[in-house]
This record gives sequence, structure tokens and C-alpha cells, in this order.
Amino acid sequence: MDDLIIAGEKFSSRLIMGTGGAPSLEVLDQALVASGTELTTVAMRRLDPGARGSVLDVLRERDIKVLPNTAGCFTAGEAVLTARLAREALGTDWVKLEVIADERTLLPDPIETFDAAERLVADGFVVLPYIGDDPALARRLEQAGCAAVMPLGAPIGSGLGIRNPHNIELIVEAASVPVILDAGIGTASDAALAMELGCDAVLLATAVTRAQRPDLMAAAMKAAVTAGRLARQAGRIPRRRYAEASSPMTP
Amino acid sequence: MIVVINGSTHEVADGMTVAQAVHTLTSATTGVAVAVNDEVVTRGAWETTALRDRDRVEVLTAVQGG
Repeated sequence: MDDLIIAGEKFSSRLIMGTGGAPSLEVLDQALVASGTELTTVAMRRLDPGARGSVLDVLRERDIKVLPNTAGCFTAGEAVLTARLAREALGTDWVKLEVIADERTLLPDPIETFDAAERLVADGFVVLPYIGDDPALARRLEQAGCAAVMPLGAPIGSGLGIRNPHNIELIVEAASVPVILDAGIGTASDAALAMELGCDAVLLATAVTRAQRPDLMAAAMKAAVTAGRLARQAGRIPRRRYAEASSPMTP
Repeated sequence: MIVVINGSTHEVADGMTVAQAVHTLTSATTGVAVAVNDEVVTRGAWETTALRDRDRVEVLTAVQGG
């Protein structure tokens, strides 16, 4: 499979993992290894003096690049501060920008996200914004200097798959930065579909970490992303209304 | 003076530094970042930055998420 390139950096895996929802760091570690991921998100939270072990140790051990997110932020100001703290703590200027509109839907707030994206780009960050499946917003964020766009398939943790494949295709058609399908993936066929629609990568967490066997689902996602990418590059046959014989009826 | 560290109110000696405030929670100095009143204090400035009465100190680290 061809490399994924984000902001000039190469990745041979097109599956980006999140770390939320795993019952333990051991289970997470096994799932990350099975997924083959090279880029994985973490959240920034108040330090808990009682916490045992760190997700950072797992990522360092496995040589996986860390992608801090701004999960839990509701305003551009909170997201910018969180990104700066992540840069300070983790020594990376990459950030998955996530500004949530409300707790019930966890849908991204487009106005706050755009505001934060402009400020972070100006501050030298490599910005990967999580957005709705909105082609117009995706285009505006690319113009604002974002390194990728990350439209959702469905709400975070819903496992509903890709609710509007047509919009994802429109985003892909217009984008010259990577399009990463983020959120909503429930099972392997959802990840394969994202890649068949032309997405450059898939980001998922819950579908793996809360599966009954996370390591097995991680392996399934890895295979699905590879299969979907290959199918996209191969070029699928057109859909037809009626049958078309594959062998001629007459010599 | 009074300072708020990660949401908890503490009575501390005047002139407490950011480094000392962090040390109340952890001895780690990597993988941790600090904001005082919503402004980042870089690692190199922890020892030389003194807190003031009513400062809000946030000490963050990376956790599972996203």
C-alpha cells in the first residue's frame, strides 16, 4: 500500500488509532500492535497523582507518534490553550482539533473549530480538525492552512458507520490535503467503505477498544483499511441496472 | 496565600514557585504541562515563576482519549 503523507511526514499505515475506551493499558497495547497504527491520539487532562502507568509509556514503547487532541473543549479559547499545553507536555506541534458543541451529541462546533484552527495555524501548529461531513467547511479549513480534514462518519462512539457517503465523496473530490474519516466507525466494513470513498485514512477508537476482542477487531480494521485503499486504487466497476454476462454468448 | 491547583484550594507559603506547585502532585517533569491563569508556563520557567495570591494552576498530562 502507498504511504500516507500528512504535513510532509510519511506513514505506511492508513489506520490512525484513538486510545479512548480501552479497559486497561495492556488491552490497549495489544490492540495498537494488532492495528499496525503509527499515529495515535491522546487527550489532555488534569494530572491524577494516583494514576498507574501512562498511555505515553505504551506509545513510546511501540514507537507510535502521539497526536494530542483537544477533546473536552467547548470554545476556541479552550482548544488553543489545550493545544499549547499539549505542545509543551509532549513536544509535538501536531494537534487534532476537536471543539464540541454539546455533551449529548458530541458534534463538532464549526464556528469555534474554524476560529481555533486559524489561531493554531498562525501559532505554527500542524492542525487536523475534526468536523461534520460538511464539504464547504472542509474547503475553508484547508484554505486556512489545516494539514488535513477529519470529517465524521457518524457521532463519536455511535458505531453508526458513514451516514452520508455522498458528502464524504464531495469532501474527498475537492480536498488537496488528506481526508481522514473520523468517528462513527462500528465495524470493519465501515472502515473499508471510508477508504473506497477515497478517504486517505481512518481514525477510530471505540470500535476497537470496546469490541469484545479488541486485538481481533484491530486486526480486522487494519485489513479493512488496506482492502478499501486497494479497491479505491483499482477502480471499481460501474453499477448497472441489469446483468452483464462476463462470458460472451456467441464465439 | 491561597492558590488553586487543579481545582483544589491550597494555603501555601508566599513565593511558592510553579515547580513547587507541580511537585505537590508529581515528581515527573516530562509529559506534563502547566498553565497559570490560562497562560502556559514553559518547563524552563517553572523554577523562576512565583505564584501570586488567588492564582489558578492547571497541571495537565496525556491520558487515554480520542
